[in-house]
Amino acid sequence: MTMFDSAPVVSVSHLRKEFPVRGGLFAPKEVKVAVDDVSFEIGAGKTLALVGESGSGKSTVGLMLLGLLDITGGTVAFEGKPLSDTNRLALRRRMQVVFQDPYASLNVRMTVRETLTEGMIIHKMGDARSREARARELLGQVGMPVTALDRYPHEFSGGQRQRIAIARALSVEPKFIVLDEPTSALDVSVQSQVLNLLRRLQREGGLTFLFVTHNLGVVEYLADEVCVMERGKIVERGTVDAIFDAPEQEYTKKLLSSIPSLDPAKHRLAAS
Amino acid sequence: MTPATPDLAPDVSEEPLAPPPPGVWKRLLSNPLAAASLFVLVFIVLCAVFAPLLAPRGFAAQDLYNKHAPPSVAHPFGTDDLGRDVLSRLIYGARISLSVAVSVELFVVGIGLTVGLIAGYRGGWIDTVLMRITDVMLAFPDVLLAILLLGTLGTADASPASSMTLVIIALGVTGWPPLARLVRGQVLSLRKREFVEAARSLGATDSRIILRHILPNLLSPILVAITVDAAGVILAEASLSFLGIGVQRPFPSWGRMINDALEYYRSKPVMLVYPSVLLSVTVLALNFLGDGLRDALDPRSRKR
Repeated sequence: MTMFDSAPVVSVSHLRKEFPVRGGLFAPKEVKVAVDDVSFEIGAGKTLALVGESGSGKSTVGLMLLGLLDITGGTVAFEGKPLSDTNRLALRRRMQVVFQDPYASLNVRMTVRETLTEGMIIHKMGDARSREARARELLGQVGMPVTALDRYPHEFSGGQRQRIAIARALSVEPKFIVLDEPTSALDVSVQSQVLNLLRRLQREGGLTFLFVTHNLGVVEYLADEVCVMERGKIVERGTVDAIFDAPEQEYTKKLLSSIPSLDPAKHRLAAS
Repeated sequence: MTPATPDLAPDVSEEPLAPPPPGVWKRLLSNPLAAASLFVLVFIVLCAVFAPLLAPRGFAAQDLYNKHAPPSVAHPFGTDDLGRDVLSRLIYGARISLSVAVSVELFVVGIGLTVGLIAGYRGGWIDTVLMRITDVMLAFPDVLLAILLLGTLGTADASPASSMTLVIIALGVTGWPPLARLVRGQVLSLRKREFVEAARSLGATDSRIILRHILPNLLSPILVAITVDAAGVILAEASLSFLGIGVQRPFPSWGRMINDALEYYRSKPVMLVYPSVLLSVTVLALNFLGDGLRDALDPRSRKR
């Protein structure tokens, strides 16, 4: 069923997540289903976009893929092996995450050097000198000057912080990165810089991305395939071209029409 | 929103790095009230540390020919009812108040931080049990509980040195719950932050997350809390000593001195004024410094 010629890096089947919703002391135990029967595969070096409104369960899927959130049902396999069978620490090196808010995702009490070398220390990669060299190299890769090493996060802009967060994810040389709304908290002009950076890094490193976003506008630029999620379920999937040119579901059409356009011929403000 | 012409966007950050913002010290000292308080406290601490060098006499040395003497060159602040030099007693009193405050805060941080960290990080039934114990402790008025403890432990009959130890234990054992609460609340919010998730994603163990990510972020709120709390401890020690169950004679606790002066407040009101003013100034300075630290340490306010 895979749409790719390469073997899948990640395959998810019938993934389900329930959150307990606690009532009163004597109220019956209730659950809210956040993710319901989600299945997909991502081929090596490809990007799958998971699109949906907030609350559609897309970020929950990302966290479960990373093993940061317990799975209620279904399986996640990474490079052909189920997550539960893989050595946890080894797994932590192979998959990483970039979060939405670069103001919350960096420890304000750690210098950039400490942030970038922490993963290498955890995984016992190299010695102090090679780690320092690698940290400098990482900054170069994400387009930041090496003078940033001794700075603290509050000294940077949102876009710069997001670059540091991306460098941190790259520090342990992962194969697969979950991008959880990586540009949503950034200014529009900075968004495109970060998207460009991600695309270049993917090309250079053969990375596989799961790109979680509510914004179809940025999907076109980075993704190969799109899954549209609504209330925990995948309601439509296809290549970027198919989804953009011929959306089948009303929900997808709604999402597409919410993309603002700079082309006056395509869209007009409702009022005019 | 759609990024405009993504292909043309540079993928190197072109923004220059902002110059480093002023450090915590600079920000603290730029607050006049905090700077003055820091100055006062440093002065009092130095007096306490170098008390034997600074005090003209010992705290218990009597000059029975000069009881209730007015200020003079030999006795700049006069003498008390037993002919003891008031200045010397005030200086040694600083030593007692401050050592009690510091020791109690060590207790408070030791117990409060441990309880708060475990409750906040582990959650579940451990959290419930620890927090209910904390609630019970909070429900008792601190000083009343300390009085109860000291009454049972019998400070009134203890030697001056051991009475001081007992006061420290009583105030330490009763003083930790607010800090435990504060720490738990902070840990609860910190452990859900994305930087902790990111550390977990890098493979960090619980102990690494606590030591490298949570504790450093707790330092400033704890520092602020214990600075303000130390003022309360100094007052509590003074109250206990004033009541006669705190630090015992002849140790010159400020609270004790206020009690001793009470007998002569009509004939020698200044005896009451010296320790009271010193006590108030110290307590106020600690409070102002705490407020100043709160502002100076908050990384979010650095942008101002």
